[in-house]
Amino acid sequence: MVKKLLFICALFCVIVTLGIVFLLLEEAVGFFQQVSIKEFLLGTNWAPMFEPRSFGVLPLVCGTFWVTFGAALIGLPTGLGIGLFLNDFAPSWLRNLVKPVLEILAGIPTVVYGYFALTVITPWLQNLLPSVEVFNAASAAIVVGLMVLPMVASLCDDAIKAVPRSVKEAGYALGATKSEVATQVTIPSALSGIIASFILALSRAFGETMAVTLAAGSTPKITLNPFESVQTLTAYIVQVSTGDTPQGSIEYKSIFAVGILLLAVSLLFNMLAFYLVKKYRTVGE
Amino acid sequence: MVKGIENKSNDQRPFEPSPPFAIEAREVNIAYGARRAVLDVTLKVPEHTIVALIGPSGCGKSTLLRSMNRMNDFVNNATVTGEILFRGQNIYESGADPVSIRRQIGMVFQKPNPFPTSIRKNITWGPKINGYQGDYEELVETSLRRAALWDEVAGKLDESGLALSGGQQQRLCIARAIAMDPDVILMDEPCSALDPSSTLKIENLLLELKDRFTIIIVTHNMQQARRVSDYTAFMYQGELIEYGPTDEVFETPRQELTRDYVSGRFG
Ligand SMILES: Nc1ncnc2c1ncn2[C@@H]1O[C@H](COP(=O)(O)OP(=O)(O)O)[C@@H](O)[C@H]1O
Ligand SMILES: [Mg+2]
Repeated sequence: MVKKLLFICALFCVIVTLGIVFLLLEEAVGFFQQVSIKEFLLGTNWAPMFEPRSFGVLPLVCGTFWVTFGAALIGLPTGLGIGLFLNDFAPSWLRNLVKPVLEILAGIPTVVYGYFALTVITPWLQNLLPSVEVFNAASAAIVVGLMVLPMVASLCDDAIKAVPRSVKEAGYALGATKSEVATQVTIPSALSGIIASFILALSRAFGETMAVTLAAGSTPKITLNPFESVQTLTAYIVQVSTGDTPQGSIEYKSIFAVGILLLAVSLLFNMLAFYLVKKYRTVGE
Repeated sequence: MVKGIENKSNDQRPFEPSPPFAIEAREVNIAYGARRAVLDVTLKVPEHTIVALIGPSGCGKSTLLRSMNRMNDFVNNATVTGEILFRGQNIYESGADPVSIRRQIGMVFQKPNPFPTSIRKNITWGPKINGYQGDYEELVETSLRRAALWDEVAGKLDESGLALSGGQQQRLCIARAIAMDPDVILMDEPCSALDPSSTLKIENLLLELKDRFTIIIVTHNMQQARRVSDYTAFMYQGELIEYGPTDEVFETPRQELTRDYVSGRFG
């Protein structure tokens, strides 16, 4: 009986996944009848609402790239640093203070992060550099970096905690300093967990919607300047879904094509994580 | 080695080995918080000898051993008072550098703990971070030869150290310690996780290493203490009960407690 129930739960999960993929595909097929895959993937102009319409997705990819890249730049090293610090350097009172703070940070709704970006980070950036636009990729990247930070820190902390004390002691006993042991013994030993946390963070940053919509704006464009307004893949989906786009229109269908792209890249992240974790597993044991 | 001539079992004079000493502990007390683990231990370890630390589990052997290269720095709330002299310098005095002390006083642990990397890197890592200038290939070979492991691993230096058997891993850990060319090697029950034939190999190895290093070995195994050591220190409940030439400690102990312990009446 229990077994059957659990089986149904598992089945439910599979069905939902298949359902989502099917829905995306069904609408996307309609889209790709009107826009070629090549035009979609390689086109450099995204103008879905107004004539002449153009559905080159690269501007959205560019926006997403900036946000993900910037968030990684901020969130990954800091998160790893916090994990390492908590384990090998922090006195226990500080550890006991930081751990709950991280958990609180992780629990804050993303819309609050978005609001924080708009009202705190952006003005702060504008203070430093007056040419910064109200909506900009850098502010979104910073806030998403902060958002993934608790997760990275907490997962890295777990991975580092799992490194046997005896291996670290072996390092110390050879006349290594604390930082030599941390960087050359502890981190390599915890590598599979650290990589897993990084990829999870990347995929979270990549799929983050609310905060980036608020902070980065909705100007699809290919730019090298992170202080301009951009639009991410996810923000575009929000824009169309919350607008009064008629169902069945091409711009309505385009969000499913964008959705497929998001899904495909997330899948890629997962596969990469799977591969890397397996590759480095032996090192950590 | 040194043989006692007169074995008066009620002679209370502390045993005085002859200098030079590699390590000299003077009235060392070690506590974990309020819990005292080592009480007033004074112990002189002559150079190029093997000293065995024996005693029942929990009597403070590991604690004393780990204080000799300041590995107890990593245990929260461990406090050491008294002096431990290495080359005449107190390793606990305020200017002492624990990192450089550990370069000269190596350690082999109870459970083999090779780094999760290749055999070669296990050997070279310590010398590398300490700026060794010589030929690394040669260092790897001589260290492994001295640890009696070379013949078994010569063809697979780039394989993981973790792929070796337990006994081989422990010899790799010894090779790793030797590669630093320390003066003293501290060993905490290095054979307790090993089978008898691996144990025998390591015991033979110790006897050869004595020429170059001073070895202090904690052991649970009294046969082992008798086979390898020149001097034996018997500890009980944190105190050093008896210290002397190994033959004397085992055959004509001065203290009743020692006699009871070495004859296997408790432990
Ligand atoms: N990290 C520690 N914290 C608190 N007490 C400890 C710690 N390590 C050892 N002790 C205590 O100190 C005493 C001596 O331990 P130890 O030196 O490990 O003994 P042995 O090696 O002779 O078995 C024991 O009573 C043990 O419980
Ligand atoms: Mg012990």
